[in-house]
Amino acid sequence: MLKAENKIFKNLYNQLGWEIDHAIKRDDWKDTKNIISKGREWIINEVKTSELRGRGGAGFSTGLKWSFAPKEVGSRPHYLVINADESEPGTCKDRDILRFEPQKLIEGCLIAGYAVNAHICYIYIRGEYFNEGRRLQEAIDQAYEKNFLGKNACGSGWDFDIHIHYGAGAYICGEETALLESIEGNKGQPRLKPPFPALVGLYGCPTIVNNVETIAVVPTILRRGGKWFASIGKPKNTGTKIFCISGNVNSPCNVEEEMGIPLKELIDKHAGGVVGGWENLQAVIPGGSSMPLLPKKICDTITMDFDSLIENKSGLGTAGIVVINKDQDIIACMARIARFYKHESCGQCTPCREGAGWMWRILDRVVKRKATFSDIDLLSDVTKQIEGHTICAFGEGSAWPVQGLLRHFRKEIDSRCRDEPLIKKRTNNPYLVDQHLLENKNA
Amino acid sequence: MTLKKIHDDQPKEFKFSSENFKKAEEILKRYPKENKKSAVMPFLYLAQKQNSNWIPLAAMKYIANFLSMPYISVYEVATFYTMYNLAPVGKHFVQVCTTTPCLIRGADKIVRLCKEKISPNENELSKEGSCSWMEVECLGACVNAPMIQINDNYYEDLDEKSTKEILESLINDKPLKPGSFRGRKNTAPEKKQIVNGEKHA
Repeated sequence: MLKAENKIFKNLYNQLGWEIDHAIKRDDWKDTKNIISKGREWIINEVKTSELRGRGGAGFSTGLKWSFAPKEVGSRPHYLVINADESEPGTCKDRDILRFEPQKLIEGCLIAGYAVNAHICYIYIRGEYFNEGRRLQEAIDQAYEKNFLGKNACGSGWDFDIHIHYGAGAYICGEETALLESIEGNKGQPRLKPPFPALVGLYGCPTIVNNVETIAVVPTILRRGGKWFASIGKPKNTGTKIFCISGNVNSPCNVEEEMGIPLKELIDKHAGGVVGGWENLQAVIPGGSSMPLLPKKICDTITMDFDSLIENKSGLGTAGIVVINKDQDIIACMARIARFYKHESCGQCTPCREGAGWMWRILDRVVKRKATFSDIDLLSDVTKQIEGHTICAFGEGSAWPVQGLLRHFRKEIDSRCRDEPLIKKRTNNPYLVDQHLLENKNA
Repeated sequence: MTLKKIHDDQPKEFKFSSENFKKAEEILKRYPKENKKSAVMPFLYLAQKQNSNWIPLAAMKYIANFLSMPYISVYEVATFYTMYNLAPVGKHFVQVCTTTPCLIRGADKIVRLCKEKISPNENELSKEGSCSWMEVECLGACVNAPMIQINDNYYEDLDEKSTKEILESLINDKPLKPGSFRGRKNTAPEKKQIVNGEKHA
């Protein structure tokens, strides 16, 4: 369990005040000038030593990502873009950082901006977080007043400006290239990679895109040293992470814990246990809706980190844990997620646009006990046709949860299906279009 | 991607008010001069605020002229994103999150209450004309499920009783204060634990 002194987000529930004066008391903006004066190399190396992996879902090494930015600024300026378009069902960690720890984010922006040679930073907030955005703007204004931002930010000799850009309710804009398209004033449809944003990003300029939580932990890492961060958690899965525990638990909450904590401990200690006791657990979605669910058998022993979840054919994603107990209809829950993906597909690639609808309709039939066994094979086939055949990872995100359901709850699904009935039973079904198939010789 | 219907009754003209014009010029300063197009999303928000929470076609044309970009590009953006309303909505615009984490904790009951209290169908004005509601996808407050958004504010930790109170307060045009309706502090775990989820909506 994480010790109190190792907590990075001390004001996660706003018990200490979010204003800049309170934040400074919690050691924000301490020695920032010193850190920056140590130079880009040192900052990037220290982040590499900490083995910090991106908190937005993919888990890519942050230090490595920064080192992809060109070392010298050429004819085009560099940009830093912060992804605060948090829309993954089950996830609400960035909202708390924006509301209650904005100075950590702003300080992180300055340091990261310096490390990747960027003078301008855009923070892309989802449109629904209107109040959170207003709070962040207040915090940015307070930082300007203290000269922590603007010309010669924080006395470091580096000019740095932060602007907020609101999204407007499109889940796909959480994908980094779609996010850049959205800032440029287009529909949020992802771009083909390569070229990667680190070389050709916003307005065709080198751009580094990072998640809010990733950037917000950077100042603390640099103050306390990369080795300190690496000593928490497990090898290659280091540091602390905010877990959002929602669903059928007694007291749902956000909590900062170390990586690699057992799932059972997390739920029992912080979220007051599963409603109806651990035995009543049916399944857990471990990392936001796009990660495959885990049945109770795996939940008994699993630890929450990137690698051990991948071993179990799931993923840590954004660490939004959705607990589903036996009172729920698991197939209805997953059908609702499939509907979410149908609604949010941007419509650019055919497999995803059409397939997401197929998956939802088939699952909906299963819920209503109208599906046949061959429908389930079809469903499994559709998920395979989407996965890997789309421009962005949305295809995987929509197919994986359904694959997870098929993998772990096949019996449950089969129990609700019926035989390919109409032909064998020779029912005279007026709704069947292929009426001729019912005739004897064709049957 | 959502299907959106353009409102039949469109005003002929639209212009930013002088106050919004100033705001628009401030917004333009955030982006590089040669990339004025970036301002289209904030401008659409401004237009939506000015025109009682929906965007007429005239506003899209006005913004297209303002940013010297094709009208169809503005139209594309306005129809792609779900938060731009292309037809009038109620003064109190209720958005009910019904994605899985909220569904598990009883969002369907809130939807039923909206149907009873406001209007039987989504996107339909209530009898006295001040409210409308719609189902939306995850609003990003899953720990405080079930929840609804009314205009810009989040109403969290609801149950049937509190939802009824909120909806009635809207109909009487005296909206309650947003926040948690179980008296908890933001996303902190509650000390008093709910037994067997009886306190759910």
